[in-house]
Order: sequence, then C-alpha cells, then structure tokens
Amino acid sequence: MNLEAIKSEIEANVPGCRLELVANPSPSGQHSLRTGAEHAVAVAVYLRDAEDLRFDFCSNVTGIDWPSREVSQKVKVRKLVDGVEQEVEEVRKTALPGTLEVVYHLFSVEKKHGPISLRMSTIDRDANVHLPSLTPVWRSAELQEREIFDLFGVVFDGHPDLRRLLMWPDFTDHPMRRDYVDPDDYEYEPTAHDEVLRRAQQHRSEADEEHPGEAGER
Amino acid sequence: MDEKLKNELSKQGIFTTTLQNLYNWGRTNSIWPLNFGLACCAIEMIATTMARYDMARFGAEVFRPSPRQADLMIVAGTVTKKMAPLVVRLYNQMPEPKYVISMGACAISGGPFKQGYNVLKGIDRFIPVDIYIPGCPPRPEALLDAFMELQKKIDEQTLTGEKRPRHLNAGEPSEFVVPRYGAHDLEPTKNPNLWKAPLVQISQAGTDESGSH
Repeated sequence: MNLEAIKSEIEANVPGCRLELVANPSPSGQHSLRTGAEHAVAVAVYLRDAEDLRFDFCSNVTGIDWPSREVSQKVKVRKLVDGVEQEVEEVRKTALPGTLEVVYHLFSVEKKHGPISLRMSTIDRDANVHLPSLTPVWRSAELQEREIFDLFGVVFDGHPDLRRLLMWPDFTDHPMRRDYVDPDDYEYEPTAHDEVLRRAQQHRSEADEEHPGEAGER
Repeated sequence: MDEKLKNELSKQGIFTTTLQNLYNWGRTNSIWPLNFGLACCAIEMIATTMARYDMARFGAEVFRPSPRQADLMIVAGTVTKKMAPLVVRLYNQMPEPKYVISMGACAISGGPFKQGYNVLKGIDRFIPVDIYIPGCPPRPEALLDAFMELQKKIDEQTLTGEKRPRHLNAGEPSEFVVPRYGAHDLEPTKNPNLWKAPLVQISQAGTDESGSH
C-alpha cells in the first residue's frame, strides 16, 4: 500500500480535504495520515467504502497526550562575526501548543492489506478537546473511544454512548495524561528513594504527630 | 474438664465434650465461602473447588451466591477502586461470624498494579483480613493451606474471654465504612481504625549529618 497514493486519492475524492503525511523515521517506517477534525468522518467513510481500499476493520484506537513543549532546532545562518561574514549555528526554539491525538489502526479483511494509521488532533488540551467519533463508521471503536474519553479526556462528538469506561462517573481526572498527579495513598516501599522517600518521610512525620513514640517500633 | 477423666469415660463408652468444642467443630467444618471472584485468582479458587483439589474435603464446597448465607469471603483478585465499595458492602451484608481470606498479591497490596491509579493497595484498608495468601496467583494448595490455617484460627476461638470472635465483643464494630467515589480517589482512602500506614526505619544511607543527599 502506497500511502502517498492513498493520500492523493482521498484528497481527490473528499471535497475540501487536505491530509498530512506524518513520516515515521524509524526502521519500521510506519507512516501515518493526519486528517483535520472536520473531514474525519468523510475520510473514514471513504477509506472503508472505496473499491480499492476497503479498510473494513478498525483494530485499535489509542490516544497520545502531547503537553505543550519547546522544540529546539539547529539552523545554520550567515552572520557578521567581528566584521567577517561567517556561517554560524543558531538554536531556534519553537513553542508547540499541547494537543491530544487519537490514532486509528485500520486493516482490510476483504483486500488483505493494512495496517494504515489515521490520526487526528484536538486544538488544545483544556477547552477544545472535541473530535468527531468514528464509531458510526467502525463499530469496533466504541469501547476504545470510551476508554480514550476516560483516560485522556477527548470528547468524541457523535459517539452513541460516551461514558467513562474504567473509572467512575464522578472521577474528574484523566490518568493517562502526562501531567496527572496520582493520589497520595502511601504504601511502604522496601527501598524508598527520591519521590517515594520524600513521601515516606512526610507520612512518617505525620504519623509521629498523631501517635508519638509508636513509629519507631514498627 | 480433666483430660484423664475424659479419656477414662470414653473408654467406658461415655462421650463428653464442651459446648465450645461442639460449636467450633460445627463452624470449622462447614465454612461456606461467598461465590465471587475478581480476577485471575478466582480461576485458582474455582480449581480448588473442583475434583482435583476438592475443597469439599474441608466442608467448604458450598459456594453461596448470596452474602446472607456466607461465612467466608475469599477476596480473589485485583480490587480496583471502582470495585472496592461493592466488596465492603458485600462484607457488611454477611452475617457474623465472618472471616476474610485475602488471596494473591493484588488483594494483599495491589500487587503488580500497586503504582497504578485505579487499584486499591490491599483490601485490608477497608475490611479486617484473617488470612493473607501471597502468590500471583497462589496455587490451589496455597488456598487449601490458608483454609486449614483459618480452621485452626476458628478452632482456637472461645465463646467468652479475650479470644472470643469479634461479633461476641460489643465494643467491636459490626459494620465497616463503605468508601464513596470521590473526584480524585475513594473517600476515605482507608479505614483509619483498621489500617495504619506501615512505618519502617527509613534508611539514612547516602545522607550526611544534615539529612541532605
């Protein structure tokens, strides 16, 4: 499967749609297609129904959390140094806003090809976390989209039954986000160090205040 | 009763016993477990009840589907925070005297999921546990061993005095707090009357006098 060909085929058949080919530089070379949220359902329907593609099986849906980050790039620029023009390396920093990304892995059972990865990203990680649900296209995405809603906080518009899957309804956090702070339910660690050691010391001083003299014996 | 006299009487065909012995004899040999499993440990528990290991030898083959008819809760598997209130509620609904076997690494401490956000770090934070079985999952033999330990424990309980079961002691609680689902964690995260954070001497190795690294 030539991803470049699929990309241009979709762009020709879905009006107004522009896809981005996300290259994977690793040896596996599993490149993926990124679609905008507004055309996602149309792209998905085309991938599923087109005669030569027939991606009829969505095997996996997963989420990725990208916190806002700075990317530094080394760029060579010509500059005047001590009156002489020289080529100098300069570090340019670009701030990337945080997003939540959702990846769909698609196979074709009928044509026996695949996988291809379809990605889409939210605008940010706080208020604009809406993405169109692809459950109406591939029913197998239903529970996995619910899981992403639960653990990453992506809201899938058009999902038939969007509830939390693993945590309870009143839970407000999204545990798979990178900035998630888990509750401090301390448990004894035999080789406490770093953060665990700090917590152990804190719990110990609290316990010392509550029951003085008891802590040392245990 | 004098042991020699008892032996002498039994030689003459007179059987004597105490109410306590009779009571405990009945209780130890018909412990009916509650029929519920939470994860892979439940598979080992089921294997224990089947013909190869045959828990029926200990009078515990009757797994009751209702907590009202059960004497023993085998917490077999990972207790997620979502499941914990239901486990405590089931325990509260069991009639006294009741016992708990905490089966496997997860039920003891959270096991391999201890660092996770959704697993309770040991069911003993909310209900009193009588026997702990380590293992991941423990083999059926380990469960049988725990069962025999529990029988020993029940046999040693007396009707009066210090060693009487909890329900005969008016000062002991008969119900345990059922945690609620909070915004970030269970509320409360533990039953403070039941469970206290184990505190050990924190190693001072690698620190200087002032306590810094």
